[in-house]
Amino acid sequence: MRRVVIVGYGMAGARLADELRRRDQDISITIIGAEPHAAYNRVLLSTVVAGTMTPESTRLHDEKWAAGHNIDLRLGCEVLEIDRGSRTVTVSGTPGITGPESEPIPYDALVLATGSTPWVPPAEGLVEDGKLAPGVVAFRTLDDCAEIEAKTHKGAPVVVLGGGLLGIEAARGLAGRGCLVTVVHPVGHLMERQLDPGAGSVLARTLGQLGIEFRLNALAAKYLPGDGLILDDGTHVPAELVVVSAGVRAETSLAVKAGLEVDRGIIVDDVLRTSDPRIHAIGDCAQHPGTVSGLVQPAWDQAAVLADRLTGANPAARYRGTSVVTRLKARDVDLAALGDVHTDVDCPDSEVLCFQEPSRGRYAKLVLRDDRVTGAIVLGAPDAAATITQLYDRGIPAPTDRLALLLGRALPAEAASPADLPSSAVICRCNTVSKGQIVSAWRAGAESLPQLAEATRATTGCGGCKDAVCGLLDWLGASQPQSA
Amino acid sequence: MSVIDGQVAPGPGGLCQKGWTAGELLRHPGRLTTPLLHGEPVSWDEALDFVASRIRSYEPDEVAVFGGGGLTNEKAYLLGKFARVALKTSQIDYNGRFCMSSAAAAGNKAFGLDRGLPFPLTDLQSADTVLLAGSNPAETMPPFLRHLEGARLIVIDPRRTPTAERATLHLQPAPGTDLALALGLLHTAVMEGLIDKEYISSRTTGFDDAWRIAAQWWPEHTERVTGVSAADQRAAVHMLAGRSYILTGRGTEQHASGTDNVSAWINLALALGLPGRAGSGYGCLTGQGNGQGGREHGQKADQLPGYRKLDDPVARQHIMKVWGVDWLPGPGRSAYELLVADDLKAMLVFGSNPVVSAPRASRVAERLKALDLLVVADFVMSETAAMADVVFPVTQWAEEDGTMTNLEGRIIRRRKALDPPAGVRSDLHLIHGLAARLGCAEKFLTEPKEVFEELRKASAGGLSDYSGITYERLDAEQLHWPVPSVDHPGTPRLFLDRFAHADGLAKFIPVDHKGPAEPPDEEYPLQATTGRVLQHYQSGAQTRRVGELMKAVPEMYVEVHPDTASRAGLTSGEPAHVVSRRGRVTATVRCVPSMRSDAVFLPFHFPGEGRANLLTNPALDPTSRMPEFKVCAVRLERA
Repeated sequence: MRRVVIVGYGMAGARLADELRRRDQDISITIIGAEPHAAYNRVLLSTVVAGTMTPESTRLHDEKWAAGHNIDLRLGCEVLEIDRGSRTVTVSGTPGITGPESEPIPYDALVLATGSTPWVPPAEGLVEDGKLAPGVVAFRTLDDCAEIEAKTHKGAPVVVLGGGLLGIEAARGLAGRGCLVTVVHPVGHLMERQLDPGAGSVLARTLGQLGIEFRLNALAAKYLPGDGLILDDGTHVPAELVVVSAGVRAETSLAVKAGLEVDRGIIVDDVLRTSDPRIHAIGDCAQHPGTVSGLVQPAWDQAAVLADRLTGANPAARYRGTSVVTRLKARDVDLAALGDVHTDVDCPDSEVLCFQEPSRGRYAKLVLRDDRVTGAIVLGAPDAAATITQLYDRGIPAPTDRLALLLGRALPAEAASPADLPSSAVICRCNTVSKGQIVSAWRAGAESLPQLAEATRATTGCGGCKDAVCGLLDWLGASQPQSA
Repeated sequence: MSVIDGQVAPGPGGLCQKGWTAGELLRHPGRLTTPLLHGEPVSWDEALDFVASRIRSYEPDEVAVFGGGGLTNEKAYLLGKFARVALKTSQIDYNGRFCMSSAAAAGNKAFGLDRGLPFPLTDLQSADTVLLAGSNPAETMPPFLRHLEGARLIVIDPRRTPTAERATLHLQPAPGTDLALALGLLHTAVMEGLIDKEYISSRTTGFDDAWRIAAQWWPEHTERVTGVSAADQRAAVHMLAGRSYILTGRGTEQHASGTDNVSAWINLALALGLPGRAGSGYGCLTGQGNGQGGREHGQKADQLPGYRKLDDPVARQHIMKVWGVDWLPGPGRSAYELLVADDLKAMLVFGSNPVVSAPRASRVAERLKALDLLVVADFVMSETAAMADVVFPVTQWAEEDGTMTNLEGRIIRRRKALDPPAGVRSDLHLIHGLAARLGCAEKFLTEPKEVFEELRKASAGGLSDYSGITYERLDAEQLHWPVPSVDHPGTPRLFLDRFAHADGLAKFIPVDHKGPAEPPDEEYPLQATTGRVLQHYQSGAQTRRVGELMKAVPEMYVEVHPDTASRAGLTSGEPAHVVSRRGRVTATVRCVPSMRSDAVFLPFHFPGEGRANLLTNPALDPTSRMPEFKVCAVRLERA
């Protein structure tokens, strides 16, 4: 029986275990997780900070899951070493169950799903003895969320370090709790990886209306516990709490120690193999040319491919990368960004449309090539965001009416006046009764609703055309038209 | 409604064009009035003798019966008994498999009982919000909308249907992504704090397992898969919290994941605390005239009267006793599997036109043609009847007594208003005639009332218990099943105190999104979906014979987005071919700007080259055996 050992019980590791079990009831699965509790859905942490989701609701598995699915789950354990020669991993003991070090665990396939760790900007005082200083917290784990929740209150000044996707989600959640939030961001506009300067500025304006302040082009220079931050221009920002959300780094130390090929992350090929064919890597810790790290969709796609291969369900499965759609999860701010958004409106070989309405928080940019969406930013137009994402993901040609696409749902036409309707317009759909037939019946003496109903059957089905028929009656009575 | 001098007069509820013109079929010149043997008129005795002698020459399981959801309860009951007692075959199923089976399976899983609406239809009149998932009643049953006049409507449909046009909120998911949307709405309801925790803990089980899956469908992720914006998902769940109803239709049920789709909608309803309470609930909207009754009394492959299970030893004992037999066959195959089975010699079709209405219709036609004996009972020459060796002319609605069970589980009397034309007999007589020639005449009564008396006994103690219902009571009062005794008032509202599972609780069923069985690709880049138009019904065998309806919608058409048409070099009014891996349909192009540009819509009422079901995918739901009618991959070409 094949033995699969998964290092890491986050979203990637948990998903892989689910995908393996779904395909194969017998394959042996061991998971080693560093955190003491069951895997949870990191994507939902911003909703936990915002107070709309409980920590319990974010759990991917309950405590019965491992036993129920015949999985050897070791929580609160660390992999100390990978012995590639004997194909075993050495694991720290399970707290309260075994000694300091357990028996080496043999594997036929080892999967590294070690994720990533927060990157902390090099400001003085943020880190003390290798750990975050008191009053400084990362935004990465459920424990972080609990700490944020415990240390904030209404009216508390809070600084969020980092104006990327996660930083903004954290800031929005904290503002929703009533904190006075300032986002400190080293670049001139927010979310510069996903947005152009125009969109970044509309986003900042929208968030500003929700009470969030911004210090752009600013670096934190010094942290003063209980007081706040000194920025590199010498100004002071008050903060009872500093939330660090300045990006993540792939967690590769175990791979480096084992001598695997590592760049920004652990290098993997299209079958998620590292430089050792017995060892695989998925999720944030892996580096595949077709994707960027920090998002869950690539991890899920990779888990499905790897499960197909490890169980033999589909030996031909390949991971070809994941097209990235960035979607901000923040109440009252609807933002999607995808593909190449940095193409200029006057770029000769692309069709680029741009619409800005900062006062209403709307910004839309659409980049097309050969009729296909290749990039877009949609802010403040939820319907357009949904539609454009579908066109992008499915490779569907964009509609010829580009403007309607950019603006989202076309507004319903105003109800036409009975006078303007053509004679052939169907008024009662249930009985296929046209305006012309109603006018004829009226001329023949059916001048009330019941009489018209009797003569034409209009209104006798669902009854939905009653208002329209009454409108026609009024119009006929008032105008006495000579012809319909 | 009633018939006065051959003219239809409406009841209090209202009628659409199909209802107003239904009288035309009673005296239609195309009406069948004599049995046909290989196309030649013969006497009833000659036709019956021929069929019976052929049947005697086959093994029991070489003979199949295919019923219909338009048959009265009496006919549906007797047909199931005929198959198992007279023919001794396990091979019986019916077209309701193509209609209600997914909703039925999911209802049974969640509530332990399947009744379309477990509350009276009129309860909908006091709703704040009604969510219709994959239903288009503005065309399929317009008078129903009168009950929704006071409610805000949420309509879930990939198309902007006439029903969607009336909606407060129209959610337009990509075809085949309903389950993802339902999971997203459950997630959003949790996030917005709208779930009813007290109800979940006191009246249900299994929430945690269902949630673990829904937890992975946050609104933005759901948006990416379905195309329904996160903002609309939020708006929808806020509208649903309160006095609300969630109702499903074929659009969400006719998928290879149909049962799971419905389970996902029921999970949402349970999380919001809607079912089993006055003023809110979950229900499914029946498709055929007797879609409810037709699935309760034994014409389904796995079922015995009273909504009993054929593989339940206690149920078998009860029915064997009522029927006076000491043996019953086991469960047989489902509708599509039966229609394409290559081990059958004969099939008897009652009230159905599978050559037009079954998926992958060309294969079905091929198999029926290859049968040694095809027998069809109908009142017009349907496309299936035209292929038959023997055709029996039978009565229709105004010419017979009987009962139907409507979508709210209310039993309705059908009263004979006219004598049928000479030569026409009831299906009950046909069944009796065959049974007599197979040596068991006395077990097959011909008077609807007598058959109903037997059905009462057979259903006694079952889930759908009719034992307390009599024709006399139906003349005087409204009765919703179960009615376990003659002094029982009936059960308009089910589940108010407890659900039908042994523990009295409703069950969340953990389900996840898989997507369509046949995703679009380079060769077939569009997704086709099928459905009804107002003027026609089912295979169109009846409505295509009514002049007024044909004038309104005379020919097969395909709805496409104007851009999609122009990319295929087509404009409105031109003939086009719609092609799938299974066949090719010829249809006139109708450009509809509200269509998704990656989808086309085809009505399924037309015959020959215009059969939408030449395209459809017979991938079956593992539980309900429902085919995936509602989505398949196609391309559009100039004809």
